[in-house]
Amino acid sequence: MSERPLVAVVVFPGSNDDRDAAWALGSVGAEPALVWHDEPELPVDTGAVVLPGGFSYGDYLRTGAIASLSPAMDAVRRFANFGGPVLGICNGFQILCESRLLPGVLRPNRQLEFVCRDVRVRVENADTLFTRRCTTGQELEIPVKHGEGAWYADEGTFVRLAARGQIVLRYDEDVNGSLGGVAGVINEAGNVMGLMPHPEHAVDPLLGSADGGLLLAALVDAATAHVLAAA
Amino acid sequence: MRATVLVRPKQGILDPQGDAVRASLRKLGFDVSSARVGRVIDIELDAEDVDEARARIERMCADLLANPLIESFEIQVDGS
Repeated sequence: MSERPLVAVVVFPGSNDDRDAAWALGSVGAEPALVWHDEPELPVDTGAVVLPGGFSYGDYLRTGAIASLSPAMDAVRRFANFGGPVLGICNGFQILCESRLLPGVLRPNRQLEFVCRDVRVRVENADTLFTRRCTTGQELEIPVKHGEGAWYADEGTFVRLAARGQIVLRYDEDVNGSLGGVAGVINEAGNVMGLMPHPEHAVDPLLGSADGGLLLAALVDAATAHVLAAA
Repeated sequence: MRATVLVRPKQGILDPQGDAVRASLRKLGFDVSSARVGRVIDIELDAEDVDEARARIERMCADLLANPLIESFEIQVDGS
């Protein structure tokens, strides 16, 4: 086993942040591996999975709906059920919701405009695999770029998630009409997270912010731990 | 056998697309108080009878065609 944990980045037809994600993961200590959506298995020794941003299957039907049925997603589901850490970014978040690995759904932005700019998100819960390198209440500057990022769940689900600390990130402002300003949520088991902002675009101060690196580096920590636990 | 599935945003779910359509209709002078935008899916399938077709399409809706969190659906099977 190499010292760098293997992080699989699943590539769907229409993904467009897969290589950025791979590069960013490499910059924080991972060994990234691109995995085509048709693959029925993840690479041996996979320590974590990233579902990247983009427009899988042209966003046909509903964003993420078609991708959620890919063979690779069956492998991701098994990996997640086994406790493997999975991070979905933007379209990846949409895919995780459509796969029912995460609660809720991403709806078209209320203002019907594509938003593409840096936003500030607040870490609501730093006690997760993905936010361990942050502190609760910390503000991160990370770009968003999406047309369908308004997270929605019914009232009961939302209240339950908030009470359990599953609302991990919230926008500091109303970015897209997302319920409760939700920018990122985690599953009950704590190993699957999705967020609309793009941490892979914020890993170097030269690009305006390195705050996204905190989330990705935590994912790499989790990948290392998962590989050791599985060995 | 032919069937049509109508998928609609559920009551109470914000439909920004519908709101934009309503605003445009009002701009054209049509007195419209609400517009909601859904989706029509025409399906052709082999089935023994209408009931079997309907049962299979119900499953298609649950598995893919509609997201129950935000959408309701209605199935019309030709001949029913």
